[in-house]
Amino acid sequence: MSKLQHTKLLLQFLSAIVVVVALFATLGAGDDSARVSDLGHRMMCVCGCNQILLECNHVGCTYSDRMRGELVAAVERGDNDDLTLQWFVQKYGTAVIAAPTNTGFNRIAWITPYAALILGIFGVIVIVRHWRSRPLLLPAGAVLPAHGEELERFRHQAQKDTEL
Amino acid sequence: MPQIGSFALLLALALTVYSFLAGLFALLLNSQQSGRLGETARRAGIASFAVVFLAALVLVISAFGNDFSIAYIYHHSNRDLPGPYKFATLWSGQEGSLLFWSLLLSAYGLVLRLRHKTDMKLFAYSSVVIAAVQTFFLLLLNFAAHPFAVMQGSFAADGAGLNPLLQYPEMVIHPPMLYLGYVGFTVPFAFAVGALAMRYPGEKWIHITRRWTMVTWGFLTCGIFLGAHWAYSVLGWGGYWGWDPVENASLMPWLTGTAFLHSVMMQEKRGMLKTWNIWLIFSTFMLSIFGTMLTRSGLVSSVHAFAQSSIGDWFVGFLIIIFSTCLLLYVKNHAHLRSEHKLESLVSRESSFLFNNLLLLVACFTVLWGTLFPKISEWVNGTKVTVGAPFFNRVNIPVALCLLLLTAVGPLLAWRRTSLASLRRNFTIPAVGALLTGILLIAFGMKPWQDESYFYSLMTIMLSVMVALTVISEFVRGGRVIARHTGQNLLASIIHLGHRNTRRYGGYIVHFGVIVIMIGFAGAAFNQDKEQEMGFGDKMNIGKYTLVCKSYTQDDNPNYGSEWAVMDIFRGDKQIATLTPERRFYKASQQTSTIPAMRTTVAEDLYVVYEGQNQDTGRPVIKVHVNPLVMWIWVGVWIMLVGTVLALIPNAVPMQVTAPARLRAEPMSAGD
Repeated sequence: MSKLQHTKLLLQFLSAIVVVVALFATLGAGDDSARVSDLGHRMMCVCGCNQILLECNHVGCTYSDRMRGELVAAVERGDNDDLTLQWFVQKYGTAVIAAPTNTGFNRIAWITPYAALILGIFGVIVIVRHWRSRPLLLPAGAVLPAHGEELERFRHQAQKDTEL
Repeated sequence: MPQIGSFALLLALALTVYSFLAGLFALLLNSQQSGRLGETARRAGIASFAVVFLAALVLVISAFGNDFSIAYIYHHSNRDLPGPYKFATLWSGQEGSLLFWSLLLSAYGLVLRLRHKTDMKLFAYSSVVIAAVQTFFLLLLNFAAHPFAVMQGSFAADGAGLNPLLQYPEMVIHPPMLYLGYVGFTVPFAFAVGALAMRYPGEKWIHITRRWTMVTWGFLTCGIFLGAHWAYSVLGWGGYWGWDPVENASLMPWLTGTAFLHSVMMQEKRGMLKTWNIWLIFSTFMLSIFGTMLTRSGLVSSVHAFAQSSIGDWFVGFLIIIFSTCLLLYVKNHAHLRSEHKLESLVSRESSFLFNNLLLLVACFTVLWGTLFPKISEWVNGTKVTVGAPFFNRVNIPVALCLLLLTAVGPLLAWRRTSLASLRRNFTIPAVGALLTGILLIAFGMKPWQDESYFYSLMTIMLSVMVALTVISEFVRGGRVIARHTGQNLLASIIHLGHRNTRRYGGYIVHFGVIVIMIGFAGAAFNQDKEQEMGFGDKMNIGKYTLVCKSYTQDDNPNYGSEWAVMDIFRGDKQIATLTPERRFYKASQQTSTIPAMRTTVAEDLYVVYEGQNQDTGRPVIKVHVNPLVMWIWVGVWIMLVGTVLALIPNAVPMQVTAPARLRAEPMSAGD
């Protein structure tokens, strides 16, 4: 198989992964209780306990019961997810949403970690290329490392001796 | 008593400052007299441990003696507090925990100074660095957060009591473990600064540093998971990790410390990544200090954080000094850190370590970024946003999965270069095993297409199987070689193999522990919960279980009053357990706390919480969680700790490597 075919195959494989991941991300149960659970896990209880709304068990919490009731009412009314979340933001402030929204300045929160990962990968590749091209710093008279056929011969011998 | 404590703290500061200055001058002068000056510095450092210990002892005795003239004791203890929790008073508040930090640092300093003959010059440098860090904490204790400050006006008859959440057996051991981890990173930092400052010849310092880092990393691992277990057992929300800023603060140095423990092998085996390793140690220490600041400065809000105070400014100043010192030393001595070998191939053990480090650091950066983003948003936009579990899970789970993949592939790669044939030969069984696991799980009803969390869960389990098979195959292949040479059976050979190279095989056991933990995490995708008001005889069905409320009642003791329910648990028609979830009201602090009741099995936990009483009906409100595979997490931690301890044990049979005369060095261990 030629190098070009290899690359094509790799690209097809990567595209398939992207499609599958996108499919998984968009699929989901659509019934009311699942929506309440999903939305309830995307919001915080605002009593100051720092817990996800549906996980707040703060004894005597004056907020979580009311908020859960409001959430169930919104879902039963047929409000879509965005509308429901927007309603909560208007009533309780932006801090009610458990993760930054994908709008305005908040987008930076989401972009930065991925940007760091991409930059990091790019950095590693640059470092590897740089290291591969630079000369060795060995003391005079030192034994030079084996390369090519000689290295393969040593490796083969080591495998034969140790099976490791 | 407060006078003795205050005096001890002042004396400790004087001794530590002397240890720092005398040690520094001794190193700078480098004359014959400077040896004696350096020795006095070392002894002053040893003495400072005794004095800080005295101060801590005074605080503990004051807690047991109910000396409420000391403000700290008044705010964190009370007469009816049980003994072990009075002991825990030492680290339950801002000032006491700083004193505890200082005590542990002086204890690490004591060990280091007593073992100075290992390498006199390096240890002298390190001792100066430790004294410098200790000086900062003693300055804080003497001038900003004094633990022996006395109450103004008339003395109270009883104290305000300890936070109810801290009145749990694990809280007597969790903070010391966490602090041993945090504080312990000062020692590798001190070695790194020392080695850089003195342009340490050779790699001996990195061997010494690695062992200290492993000990510290082990303590931090233990501390983090004890904290997770405490959260699970006490907070009553059914989870063990909430991405709280204080939890994040402990995770960050753990991630960079883990990165260092991997990349240090590149320096030991190949003389590479010297600059990288130095900066990893610097960053780990700075993140420890940053984490300490995070819990104390009021920078972020957290249920764990201590009271807001001005000491955040002190920490910012200290962090600037540390960073400047590190940068200055690096700029001055960076030529000393040049690599001795070059990287030959992208498919090699070296590359796998590079990518491992990249992923660990991206995870660390993400945690730091998510923790600080609410503050950044407030500064930029004027609006405070919440960055909670949904953000951290979404960003970090894919990174964790990539790390798992590397954990499977990395050990199969050879140093310098790996041929595709060898990779295919070694990787086929783990890859096929993972694929079969995935097919089996889907065949048995797992539907990864239904929910993102199911998909991640499936991937986690598949990759964990892949890592497990890699680890097992490494043990079996090595064991077979030993068996052939010694005639022992395979099991005895594997044990023998472990003894021959404790670090390598200890490391594999740690990897095995990690995958057991990851499988435990994967179970969270299938959590169920249900809440119901339950009177006598009322039933609740959840999962395979039926819960029947047998009774509910109240109790009282001097420390707290409690309400609890007695729940019979049935599986089908068979009663399998009786659980008693409880809610307590602590009298001194006037705070409530829940004590969940649990039935734990390998497959799942049944987790029952007494949420409170309905004021109208007087009947208890019970919340029940069914959490699959949680026990795997705690078992995995034990496996990790066993692996860490094994990796710290010296090899039973050091392998002698024959090298050309001019390159002959100390005995080397095989593998890795």
